[in-house]
Amino acid sequence: MSAVPLIRCRNLQKTYVMGDNLVYALRGVSLDIYAGEYVAIMGASGSGKSTFMNLLGALDVPTSGDLEIDGRHIGTLSSDELAAFRNEVMGFVFQQFNLLARTSALANVELPMLYSRHPAKHRDERAKACLELVGLGTRMDHHPSQLSGGQQQRVAIARALVNEPRILLADEPTGALDTTTSEEVMGIFGKLNQMGITVILVTHEPDIAAYARRQLVFRDGLVVEDKS
Amino acid sequence: MNLAIAIQIAWLALRINILRSLLAMLGIIIGVASVIIMVSISTGAKQEVGRLIQGLGTNLLVISPGSSDMGGGRQSGTGTAPPFSDADTLALRQQISGVAAVSGTMRGSVTVVASGINWSTTAYGVNEEYLEVRDWGITDGRNFSAAEVRSGGKVVMLGRTVAKQLFNDNSPLGSQIRIKDIPFQVIAVLDSKGQSAMGNDNDDVLIIPVTTARKRVLGGNNTVPNSVQTIMLEVAQNESMSDVQQEVENLLRQRRNVRSGSKDDFSVRNLAEFIKARTATQNTLSVLLASTAMISLLVGGIGIMNIMLVSVTERTREIGLRIAIGARQQDIRNQFLVESVTLCLLGGFIGLLLGVLGSLGISFLGQWPIAIDFNIAFIALGSSAFVGIFFGFFPAQRAARMNPIDALRYE
Repeated sequence: MSAVPLIRCRNLQKTYVMGDNLVYALRGVSLDIYAGEYVAIMGASGSGKSTFMNLLGALDVPTSGDLEIDGRHIGTLSSDELAAFRNEVMGFVFQQFNLLARTSALANVELPMLYSRHPAKHRDERAKACLELVGLGTRMDHHPSQLSGGQQQRVAIARALVNEPRILLADEPTGALDTTTSEEVMGIFGKLNQMGITVILVTHEPDIAAYARRQLVFRDGLVVEDKS
Repeated sequence: MNLAIAIQIAWLALRINILRSLLAMLGIIIGVASVIIMVSISTGAKQEVGRLIQGLGTNLLVISPGSSDMGGGRQSGTGTAPPFSDADTLALRQQISGVAAVSGTMRGSVTVVASGINWSTTAYGVNEEYLEVRDWGITDGRNFSAAEVRSGGKVVMLGRTVAKQLFNDNSPLGSQIRIKDIPFQVIAVLDSKGQSAMGNDNDDVLIIPVTTARKRVLGGNNTVPNSVQTIMLEVAQNESMSDVQQEVENLLRQRRNVRSGSKDDFSVRNLAEFIKARTATQNTLSVLLASTAMISLLVGGIGIMNIMLVSVTERTREIGLRIAIGARQQDIRNQFLVESVTLCLLGGFIGLLLGVLGSLGISFLGQWPIAIDFNIAFIALGSSAFVGIFFGFFPAQRAARMNPIDALRYE
């Protein structure tokens, strides 16, 4: 592992205002994640794991504390800079896949490249390569409705990979899948991690978390367990 | 993200729900189509007034018996006031200096026969100055002489339509035609005057000396000798219309013994004023039509805004995803703006086609004069695009400001 962490959290706090009450979602999280790690984030609902994931994904900014990802301090970035950061550094995989309906698998995978600051040349080839990597080379023209749940999630993974992110952030990626397809999808994450991509999973299922080499357990806005 | 891709995305989104897109466009389609039809009709009407001015001339006074006062109370109509006579015509010609030409006129329907063909038309009994008053040229032949008018010569000048009906393409000059069984010699064919403002054929006429008309064809008035129905008077160039009109009225009051303070038993109409009033009416109408069009575009725009808000809400998760994978606020806003402008432009284009077809249909069925101005196409498409941007902005802004975390979880 390299000496400089890819993700560096110091006393990370996030507070929401709900009506008249303040909700302390994160109450001071400090941890480092290095490039190439495979991390599972666990915890019950309300533990702060989703909040933590939103911060890692640069979808939200911390109330206080410092979050540095790939050399950038997330709390100081403007809305446009956050968008560019998500586009270049992060790959997202969601529980509900979030594919565009009535749009081919290939077009879905190409989507992040539409928002790139430096439009990729050979967009088609790049998207096709990603679909082949997840084993869908023969179904590029299919629409999401013509694909099974596992296949849809693999399209979503291909979409997350298309801009060559440093970090793959997966939020309950197997939550909508059965056991067999879950194993397939987790196999792909393992393969990607071996290729050098940092993979961060958010899950509440212990057997899914077991695929990761490091488990972080959240409770009441704090990390209570960090085991490798 | 470039514009071509944005248009592609918008097109896809609109195609997915064709019926809804069409319904959303309906307001714009109707708005634009009605603008086109209204403008075509009002431009056509304006051009018609222009033709009317050309056809009759603005320096014309039309004098007829009977009061023109449309106020309340009992009126003395054309029938009760005594008609004018040739003596009045002569007096106007000789006693008023600013008169270029003047003619008494008689008018009536007649049937003419020539070489076995019958034709019903309108006959005018006039004097030798009538053609000058009407600014009407002779294509072939000659005008009446003063002697023919005085003596009741049986000579006739044919309008273009009558000549064509009776003689086809042959020259009618010198031929005999029978009007009410009386033989007349054709001495001229007149220039074409086209359609009148009321849609009548100005060329479906024949012109004979007023004396002949009174004695033999149309019949005169029993009480007034040498009567005519109306007098048409051309004011000389560089003379003031209103001054001459004033002089004409004074002279006629004197001749008809109208006491000062009582109503005139005749009216003098000034065509320029008539046309001015008509143009003013049409301008009012245009303003009314324009505001109707504005309202339909406004309603259409609200329809667009409504459908765009529905679309934004429906696609909340898609918006959340796009933001998560790196779309900036302006990318999202532009995407929805392009979508609403595409929708409006498409509607505008359909409305344009329907408007042009509708205008042609109205001119065909209603025999109304229309004029399609092709600048209106740009105005129509421009205003549709404006409606798209104006009413699409709020929904687009709402989409752009979405919080990706909430949007991604939206059910």
